[in-house]
Amino acid sequence: MLKLNNISKRFNKDQALQPFSYEANAGQTSVFIGPSGCGKSTLLRLITGLLASDSGEIIFDDITLSQQTLYKLRQRMGYVIQEGGLFPHLTALANVSVMANYLNWDKDRIDARIDELSGLMQFPAELLLRYPGELSGGQRQRVSLMRALMLDPELLLLDEPLGALDPMIRFDLQQELKEIFNQLGKTVLLVTHDIDEAAFFGDILILMRDGGIIQQGKIEDLVQHPAESFVEQFIRAQRPCPALVDSEQ
Amino acid sequence: MKLLQRILVGICLALILIKVSADSTSESNIIIGSKKFTESVILAEIATQIIEDSGVEVSHLSGLGGTRILWSALLAGEISAYPEYTGTLIQEIFSEKKIDNFAQLETALAEKGIGVTSRLGFNNTYIIGMRESRAEELSISKISDLKLYPDLKFAFSNEFMDRGDGWPALRQQYQLPQVDVRGVDHDLAYRGLESGSIDAMDLYSTDAEIEYYKIRSLLDDQKYFSDYHAVYLYRLDQKRILGQQLQRVSGHIDNDTMVAMNAAVKIAGRKEQSVAASFVKNNFAIESSLTEISIYDRFLKNSKDHLILVAISLFAAICFAIPLGILAARRPLVGQVILATAGILQTIPSLALFVFLIPLLGIGGPPTIVALFIYSLLPIIRNTYSGLHDIPAPLRESAQAIGLPPVTSLKIVELPLATRSILSGIKTSAVINVGTATLGALIGAGGFGQPILTGIRLDDTSLILEGAIPAAVLALLVQALFELFERVLLPLPLRYQVENKQA
Ligand SMILES: Nc1ncnc2c1ncn2[C@@H]1O[C@H](COP(=O)(O)OP(=O)(O)OP(=O)(O)O)[C@@H](O)[C@H]1O
Ligand SMILES: [Mg+2]
Repeated sequence: MLKLNNISKRFNKDQALQPFSYEANAGQTSVFIGPSGCGKSTLLRLITGLLASDSGEIIFDDITLSQQTLYKLRQRMGYVIQEGGLFPHLTALANVSVMANYLNWDKDRIDARIDELSGLMQFPAELLLRYPGELSGGQRQRVSLMRALMLDPELLLLDEPLGALDPMIRFDLQQELKEIFNQLGKTVLLVTHDIDEAAFFGDILILMRDGGIIQQGKIEDLVQHPAESFVEQFIRAQRPCPALVDSEQ
Repeated sequence: MKLLQRILVGICLALILIKVSADSTSESNIIIGSKKFTESVILAEIATQIIEDSGVEVSHLSGLGGTRILWSALLAGEISAYPEYTGTLIQEIFSEKKIDNFAQLETALAEKGIGVTSRLGFNNTYIIGMRESRAEELSISKISDLKLYPDLKFAFSNEFMDRGDGWPALRQQYQLPQVDVRGVDHDLAYRGLESGSIDAMDLYSTDAEIEYYKIRSLLDDQKYFSDYHAVYLYRLDQKRILGQQLQRVSGHIDNDTMVAMNAAVKIAGRKEQSVAASFVKNNFAIESSLTEISIYDRFLKNSKDHLILVAISLFAAICFAIPLGILAARRPLVGQVILATAGILQTIPSLALFVFLIPLLGIGGPPTIVALFIYSLLPIIRNTYSGLHDIPAPLRESAQAIGLPPVTSLKIVELPLATRSILSGIKTSAVINVGTATLGALIGAGGFGQPILTGIRLDDTSLILEGAIPAAVLALLVQALFELFERVLLPLPLRYQVENKQA
């Protein structure tokens, strides 16, 4: 479905991304984890064409990403940017329907799709007319996700979509999103810092460091057969709360 | 880029249209020009009344900005005649020709298609003047005495500061040591002299104020200043209509007559028109019909002229500068060039710009509008640029990443987010524009600058206020209007931001 062949990116002296190859299969959720600055967001930016790769190629469903194919392909990807990226001057509704309007969908179709999405994301319809500044962080995240899903893209690129949420909302949204992904059969590339979240979503986990892949596989592989001590360290660094572990025993 | 090209073509067409319409109005009748000092206005008014008496339709465009502007306007055919001084022509217009007699001057002028009458009679040369009491105290009676007092403060008219035969050469000739020398308006210098804030100034030997302010003219003991005999210049292609009529005045105005006429206007407060009318009646038995314009009509006309100048130039600037600002934000390298160019244009002094524009666009509205247009560009370009440039990266990236093509993203995301910055750039331009438009009076564009210029010339505060107050009020109104726009045009949440910031 999505093939990355030897893509890389250098900013001045920093090699943000080493030559990087990966293939995501249709319907699969790949979760990219790794310490801050290891190149996760850079990877997603390359795939959306916000940055141009220094080498290699990106192949989306047999189409190579290029200046010519970029705009068409972007309509088949839904991207949730790390910082949210909702337009402050547009209502939640307008944010979600920006692209549909640009593509001249008729009003009924837009309304129907919005209904469907707000049901899916459990987003109260009466909040749709608010501006992002008038929504809570969790509501904004839902709007970002709805915007990404609006055109029913095959590929979802989610850069810490659940960052900065309180644990309750985060927990609920994780559940809902996983259901949505499964239900809709989306191919998902998801970035997170959180190993539990990675384990929860990921068919495949990709642990990165310094712009390269350290190990990829299921969570069990990473836990049981760490490729190097860094993998263990990274997993252990997010140790669960001892009190909880004790009470479970 | 296509859009930009279309706009460029549009502007060029507009300029040509303005030019054509300007030409058609100026060819229909004879226009006599005058400089922005009383004597020139009186002389031009005399010429106007005499020519009118010969049955030719003629009007007087008074108080233009200076020799260069009148000379270019005469060459360009924007005016048909104006009063000038031989010394100014020899020293300033033909400085490289080293002319030393009247016949040579006549030839040089003829080569440019310009005719000249013989001398009108008086010699209005430069003199250096001090207050009688101050000169007495220091016992200064001639220019070379000034050498003994290096601390004296001089104030010269800007024209005298700059011109070939002005201050730099005078200082050279007399080896004058003074360093506190500044350029001020001629009429303001008198007040400086009276209040003692300056010690010496340049004067014309026919100035009305010499008596009034008790000024001692210092003897030009090294015969430095050349003669400045008044003459009329006119276009040779209109000699048939103008030459003979203007020539009639020659020899009729001696120094005393001129000082008296100047004093009648500047000190007794009579109108130039009526002083000139008395003169032509006494000398040529011509009865002039004087048209008195009421203050209300004058105000209406000035307001209309001013508003037209501001509205057209600002509108053109907005149409031109916003696309340039967008281009600058999109292409950083081109942007540097655009911003630097607009910055440089902003620093061109208005008079220099006028002199440059007159051969292309004539005098009056069109060159003023172009100058105002040029001065309005920078704030709008810069604010459009910075408004777009300061949009947070995540927003710009989101717009791209969800698939909006650049033009659409500009339209529905970036420009709305930059609205406040762009509007405040336009507001700055508009306020500057309203103020700068008063300079249009220097090249006959009318507006609120007209009463201000005349008021300064005649030392008439109420006349100055007649221009200054409406100009200030207009600036405030424009400001208020744009604040209203801001409220209406800004998307709601951006307005909240304003309120939050203020809170
Ligand atoms: N536009 C840029 N110019 C220069 N360096 C950049 C740029 N964008 C990213 N980098 C650098 O590239 C490296 C990778 O950045 P990236 O944003 O991909 O990290 P990340 O893995 O997403 O980190 P985080 O988890 O903190 O979001 C970092 O060292 C960063 O400083
Ligand atoms: Mg990141």
